[in-house]
Amino acid sequence: MGARRLEEAVFKALMLASLGLVLAVLAAIVVVVMARGASALSLSMLTQTPKGGYYLGKEGGIANAIVGSLYLAFGASVLSILLSLPTAFALQKEYAGRRLASITRLSLDALWGTPSIVYGAFGFIIMRYLGIGTSLLGGILALSLLMLPIMTRAMEEAIRMVPLELKEISYSMGATRIETTLAVVLRQALPGIITAVVLAFGRGIGDAASILFTAGYTDHIPRSLLDPTASLPLAVFFQLGTPFPEVQRRAYASALILLVIVLLASLAARLLSRRFSKHIVR
Amino acid sequence: MPHISLRSLNVTYRDRRALRDITVDVPDAQITTIIGPSGCGKTSLLKSLNRLIDLSEEARVEGEVLIDGVNIYHPKADIIALRRKVGFLSQKPYPLPMSIYDNVTYGPRMHRMNREQIFQQIAELEKDRSLGRLCPESTRLTARTRRGGEMDLLVECYLRVAGLWDEVKDRLHDPATGLSVGQQQRLALARTLAVEPEVILADEPTSALDPISAKLIEEEFQFLKKKYTIVFVTHILRQARRIGDYVIFLYLGELVEHGPAQQVFTSPRDEKTRAYVAGDIS
Repeated sequence: MGARRLEEAVFKALMLASLGLVLAVLAAIVVVVMARGASALSLSMLTQTPKGGYYLGKEGGIANAIVGSLYLAFGASVLSILLSLPTAFALQKEYAGRRLASITRLSLDALWGTPSIVYGAFGFIIMRYLGIGTSLLGGILALSLLMLPIMTRAMEEAIRMVPLELKEISYSMGATRIETTLAVVLRQALPGIITAVVLAFGRGIGDAASILFTAGYTDHIPRSLLDPTASLPLAVFFQLGTPFPEVQRRAYASALILLVIVLLASLAARLLSRRFSKHIVR
Repeated sequence: MPHISLRSLNVTYRDRRALRDITVDVPDAQITTIIGPSGCGKTSLLKSLNRLIDLSEEARVEGEVLIDGVNIYHPKADIIALRRKVGFLSQKPYPLPMSIYDNVTYGPRMHRMNREQIFQQIAELEKDRSLGRLCPESTRLTARTRRGGEMDLLVECYLRVAGLWDEVKDRLHDPATGLSVGQQQRLALARTLAVEPEVILADEPTSALDPISAKLIEEEFQFLKKKYTIVFVTHILRQARRIGDYVIFLYLGELVEHGPAQQVFTSPRDEKTRAYVAGDIS
């Protein structure tokens, strides 16, 4: 009996240690970003665009990057939802056969793991083909490519969790596939679908490589879809790359803003999910 | 001509044969119980009567099922009309992810019934005195005066038929998932009846319920058989004795014996039926 109890204790200790390590890393990131960035954070940073010499440590802010990132991530999220949701619905076994669905799932997993610079390069080719230069639109297209597999795969997981019996009820009353999908499957999977959108949004808003060539970088808030745009990840990158400690601190402040945006998006998703899970069948 | 007749029905899953050459007529306006040990093909038989079996990709059906003289497996058969005519009650009650009210109106909304059609349906339901207890006069009068009143009337009528009205009348717009399992099964019954089927298929509808809820459902069926043809799958022999007028006994996918309940239970013709009824095999 002693050996079994020891085994239990050892494995419990191992699991708790791993858990603690993961939490510690997360906490460390937040603490470091806060400690380095909080002092540089100011109202003008949030509300002003960079004035001449901002990257040398002078006046201004990164409102252009904040607004730019929100434009990029929201735009790409909308575009991705429009494609991901129908795709995820189509992967139900009533539509795609088992074979097609499994091949699609495998491809999406591969795309999920593809480095984002590849999407940037591919997006760049598409832009050249469409005849548009570095712009908000270009950035949105490249980000959508990055977000699509994440969103589709996560939505598909949520949709696959809908019990077959629930669909059977709908079919047994004479509902068609699309009626069942929209009236039953969508409602039942909605919290999971919202989570999928936020997951992709978080991944998209934080990505630098895919928008490097496609969205470019400017010092003003984009005025049209064809205007190039600044973004938070690149703002972090550029500021961190300067030799001035003051500007480097601003990079951490920018990172902090990015963290807060992602946190707010997650919280909003939580609230929305809870609102929509009132009727969910467990 | 009986409502439902099966002609050399065969069902195979991949290489496994679930039903072998079943030929039988199901008598109208009675409760026909399908009995037999688990895995003998009871549910497959039931699900082939409303083509819910189509949802399992591996299932292959051969032979004919005639409902009102029409072969439902004819390539041009209208599956939606079939499923409207043949209602289904599943083993575990699944409320649709919506309110109690919306659960009952799901079918009529899906079939895009208009105000007049619904009043017509309720009028016919009431004309047929066999079900007795229905909406009070006052409800019928106010329904005519209000917008959406026809749906209110429909909800009340069918919840009354299913014996659930008094328990839920004050919380019609609450999530259906908040009901007890027994109440959920009666809600499922109301939902099924709201599309006015002629046949009700029930797949062990009491197996997930506590004894008291199960008794309520059994009583419901005794009451509904005056108007509907009922096919009731059960693996509980005593239940089949209590409620069945006609019995179909399946064993390992074969139809061993069928006949009036009295005869099958007291003087079975086949040796296997005798053994099963006596509890020697299960």
